[in-house]
Amino acid sequence: MNIWLNFLIDSLAFGATFIYGSTGEILTEKAGHLNLGIPGIMCMGGAGGCLMLNLIGKSGLPPVLIVVLGILSALVFSMLMGLIYSFLTVTLRANQNVTGLALTTFGVGLMKVIMSKLTATVYLVGPKQYYRWPFAGRQDSLQCLGVLFFLAIIIAIAAGWVLFRTKVGLHLRAVGENPATADAVGINVNRYKYLATCVGSGIAGLGGFYYIIDYMASQEAYLSLEAFGWLSIALVIFALWRPPVTIIGSTVFGFLFSCSSFITIIPGVTVTMAMKPVLKMLPYVVTVLVLIISSIRNKRENQPPSSLGLSYFREDR
Amino acid sequence: MTAKHTPAVKEPLVHLSKRSSIHPLHAWAIRLIAVVLGLAVCGLVAFLLIEKIQEKPEKIWDFYNAFIKGSFSTPRKIWKFLKSLSILLGIALALTPAFRMRFWNIGAEGQTLMGVLGAIAVDFYLGGKMPEWLLLILMLLAALFCGALWAVIPALFKAKWNTNETLFTLMMNYIATFLVAFFLEVWVTNGSGALPKMKTGKLPVVGGNDYLLIILVVLFLAIALFIYLNYTKHGYEISVVGESERTARYVGISVRKVIIRTMILSGLLCGLTGYLIGAGLDQSITTNSVGGQGFTAIMVSWLAKFNPLMMIFTAALIQMLSQGAAQISQDLNVSGALPSVITGIILFFIIGCEFFINYELHFRGHGQRGKAEKEGVK
Repeated sequence: MNIWLNFLIDSLAFGATFIYGSTGEILTEKAGHLNLGIPGIMCMGGAGGCLMLNLIGKSGLPPVLIVVLGILSALVFSMLMGLIYSFLTVTLRANQNVTGLALTTFGVGLMKVIMSKLTATVYLVGPKQYYRWPFAGRQDSLQCLGVLFFLAIIIAIAAGWVLFRTKVGLHLRAVGENPATADAVGINVNRYKYLATCVGSGIAGLGGFYYIIDYMASQEAYLSLEAFGWLSIALVIFALWRPPVTIIGSTVFGFLFSCSSFITIIPGVTVTMAMKPVLKMLPYVVTVLVLIISSIRNKRENQPPSSLGLSYFREDR
Repeated sequence: MTAKHTPAVKEPLVHLSKRSSIHPLHAWAIRLIAVVLGLAVCGLVAFLLIEKIQEKPEKIWDFYNAFIKGSFSTPRKIWKFLKSLSILLGIALALTPAFRMRFWNIGAEGQTLMGVLGAIAVDFYLGGKMPEWLLLILMLLAALFCGALWAVIPALFKAKWNTNETLFTLMMNYIATFLVAFFLEVWVTNGSGALPKMKTGKLPVVGGNDYLLIILVVLFLAIALFIYLNYTKHGYEISVVGESERTARYVGISVRKVIIRTMILSGLLCGLTGYLIGAGLDQSITTNSVGGQGFTAIMVSWLAKFNPLMMIFTAALIQMLSQGAAQISQDLNVSGALPSVITGIILFFIIGCEFFINYELHFRGHGQRGKAEKEGVK
């Protein structure tokens, strides 16, 4: 395959991790909650999926069932994490930054403990072929475009449609912009906050699962997952809080992140070792620039939700 | 009888109201209960995760013992505990002025790392070419400058265009990390990526212990910051901006100036802590020199309600937990990631318990009785 096309597809496949992570985070942020627990949630999603595969990987169940059960388990684990976060921040009105950071500490740690107990020959070697359908077994980067990749694209587009084209989405955005007004109109603020956070966490968790089982498909993949959770939070800014834009944004991020390893095999290009960190820094620099430019232009539809990070207590004035 | 005539509006089971005040003892009792509950849940999790405890349930006492053993069993461990505590406390103190004005600086990790980088860069290029005392001063200046630079960039944009500081400072952490990676590639030519410990640029040993100087510096910092925040005009301005920017503007405080000035202070203190890490401990740098303490410090500062003196205790609590948990994973032979799990669980409980300190719960039954009494008075 053409080297450039191969690189492009690899960026796209890598990006699916971020599509999940940032779509999940967008839903949560639209409800007014800055969830810094996303890295931990993605890790737990990955651990949950792999834990299930470790049980059924060699059981001889039909591949479709194995794929579905793995995804369900990843969803359950990450949504439980979302439930912890929303119980603390919505019901108990705890500080969101602190809760999110604690959740990340907890999630990353627990994932490492769980993953160190699993056997890669069971959860990875067999099932990864099922998840990589329909391109399993190919040698180029097309092999990573599996079931979960296409699910990511569908979820991102669907989330965009729900947020900006349906009544539920309108209510959700109202809750994130001004919960007191939403409450006065009769929207159940807490229910929306819980729903958005838990569904968002579930989506983010799939990203972690995809990264371990499909894109990397290696035993050590889980050790590098946390960094991509943080990158997903960055991508939310880059995408200006629009889920479908994350598809483009995450491909760009994937491109920037993996170009440091790809660039060396392009004929005629020489890169010193010192340039690699600089290339890896680019996604973050670009994110900062997007953040600055969008705040200078100050267009209303490109801003963070206005009550982002604040707890809502009805009797506050 | 009266119940028949009231319209059928269902009163919710629990009604919340904000407490106007709470007795400090009462508040600390709630926090203590939270920690105890958290430890109980940790025990449960340990039972689920550690095979050795499943085999012999009485080993669970080793589990709790390790929290003490991890930090206090030998003099060496106590010193190590105090050293780690000081570094964590230093970063938490640095964050506090910013938090007091509700500037959510979560970039302490990067700001401190830049401090280390500044100090080590000076040491790398100038070490051995000048007297040690001059080198140490130049290292300090470089560390302060780099820390403040990393803090003031988001502050400028916040002050001018109201750019979201939480997301901005978060990104600055990663830029700092890769900047360090870049310099390591430039400095270390053999490709190992590890900078050997340098022989120059080491803070003098005070009182016969390597760590005593660091501990004293941070302790002094805590007291100084307490005075600065509570008894000076600057400290007052920070509190006013934190409470309400509109009020601040109304009384003639320049909000922009306060934001920038306070963030420079915050960055300077991060830089100073970075200097303590670079010149006081490591004489070297890795991308992990700060090791996530920039994030942990956020919790330390928040748990202490942004009170610098209280932070000594909250930092000690967090440090004790993580060192204890490390001891457990060593003793019971489990994954090295267990400390984060345990710290996470206990943090959930401490974070959650603040709710019961800030709010009061009224249950349906009790409310009715109160109403009846009032009517009786009428």
